[in-house]
Amino acid sequence: MNKQIVALTISMLAAGGAFAQANDTLAKIKASGNISLGVRDSSALSFSLGGGKYGGFHTEMAERIAEDLGKDVGTKLAITFTPVTSQNRIPLVQNGTVDLECGSTTNNAARQKDVDFASTTYVEVVRMVVKANSGIKELKDLNGKTVSTTTGTTSVQTLRKNERAQGIDFKEVLGKDHADSFLLLESGRADAFVMDGSILAANVAKAKNPADFKIVGPELSVEPIACMLRKGDPAFLKAVDASIARQVKDGSLAKLYDKWFIQPIPPANVTMNLPVSDATKAAWANLNNKPMEDYVKK
Amino acid sequence: MGNWDWMVFCKDTTDGTLVASCYGTGHEYTYLNWMIGAWGWTIAVSLSALAVALLAGSIIGILRTLPDSPWLVRFGNAWVELFRNVPLLVQIFLWYFVVPALVPPMKSFPSFALVVIALGLFTSARIAEQLRSGIQALPRGQRYAGMAVGFTTPQYYRYVLLPMAYRIILPPLTSESMNIFKNSSVAFAVSVPELTQFYLQAGEETARNMEVYIGVVVLYVISAMVINRLMAYVEKHSRVPGFVVAGGTGGH
Repeated sequence: MNKQIVALTISMLAAGGAFAQANDTLAKIKASGNISLGVRDSSALSFSLGGGKYGGFHTEMAERIAEDLGKDVGTKLAITFTPVTSQNRIPLVQNGTVDLECGSTTNNAARQKDVDFASTTYVEVVRMVVKANSGIKELKDLNGKTVSTTTGTTSVQTLRKNERAQGIDFKEVLGKDHADSFLLLESGRADAFVMDGSILAANVAKAKNPADFKIVGPELSVEPIACMLRKGDPAFLKAVDASIARQVKDGSLAKLYDKWFIQPIPPANVTMNLPVSDATKAAWANLNNKPMEDYVKK
Repeated sequence: MGNWDWMVFCKDTTDGTLVASCYGTGHEYTYLNWMIGAWGWTIAVSLSALAVALLAGSIIGILRTLPDSPWLVRFGNAWVELFRNVPLLVQIFLWYFVVPALVPPMKSFPSFALVVIALGLFTSARIAEQLRSGIQALPRGQRYAGMAVGFTTPQYYRYVLLPMAYRIILPPLTSESMNIFKNSSVAFAVSVPELTQFYLQAGEETARNMEVYIGVVVLYVISAMVINRLMAYVEKHSRVPGFVVAGGTGGH
């Protein structure tokens, strides 16, 4: 009984403490000497390396941001990696479990109501991968075909919009995760897999025979990917943005990109072979946190 | 979390605008349309799988109680052990990816059919086990009485044993029918556009996870409750006066 009371008191104190600091992340990380980074299990920008370690372009960038933040608050920060999913990432940022989520979250207007986004550091283009011998090149070639995409991603909506706008008719199947959607294509249950370019490149790189697949088609949508943090904390946002600006300016971000997208990467030592796109270069040259909707208008 | 937005169901799935009637017609297709469609898939998968499960489960359950046919009994035992001991999700993937690779004609099967087979056979092992226990719960004298009056084996199963055995196992059958509704959620893993997939996708698109989740939960509860009441009705009306099991607790 006593134990329960103690546990209850501690959890209440912890909850209350987190609540009090909810809108001052810098004070919170300074007091605890610890920052919680949200990471993804199998995204192209952030993924598990096995054994509780995480890597990827955005994960390592976040580690460097944490280093800079440590200098800002005057203490070296310990990093806790918190794996998040598409479903829980926003609630976990809101409730303080995660301080900074640098994964593959698209910055869009709907999400901006719930969270704030740092400067865009990667611009994703949605494209499609097909079997190299299928002869599919454009969107209109998909008429009457089956298209796979992954449950819980924005690509599904993109696909639907294009379907309606262009008057083409295809069947969509939703895989439960990216590997599953790719398997649908590989096993012939789908003729094309529509997804973020980096995810397509990663899946093709991991395929048994990468030469069998080809990434084709127009850029179905352009999505800015950015780090996500709690809403209404301008000091923290400014500190994160300052670190990103520093990394862009001294060229370390470009080197990081090279490390994760051009060189062979762990754990399987495959090469993604995804040169930096013009859209990403433009985002670096002119740092901003515009939502996805602004990219469409261009 | 106090700021609910229940209008999310009335939004168009393509451009996110509110549709006045909520349930869109023609070109308008709202999240409500989508959810009702997804519910249809859940019901279709569940009921089809239940039909497969009752059929296969009854046959296997009977095989396991046959006298003087050790090989049929062994076949029934093997069936039950196989389908009961492999996790459901693994079975779904086996039927979806592995079996079609071994049996090429099955490649053209829609995922719906494969999920119905997988879920149906998984549940058939459980129903077979229940039917076996129901038959074995009957006094041995009933079987002998059937034999003594000159019934063949199919006849005394049909007219003596099974009518009582099914009545005995109605309560567990009710649970099994409700389970099949809940288990049908694994169909999302092989791209059947049912309720769980709707939750995962619509929640992500609208950033309104809780509202979508609650809507989906309500539909699952309604489905399971309807089955429950239906089976309770069957149980009440098939009761044999004076028969000890049916007269005992009644409900479940």
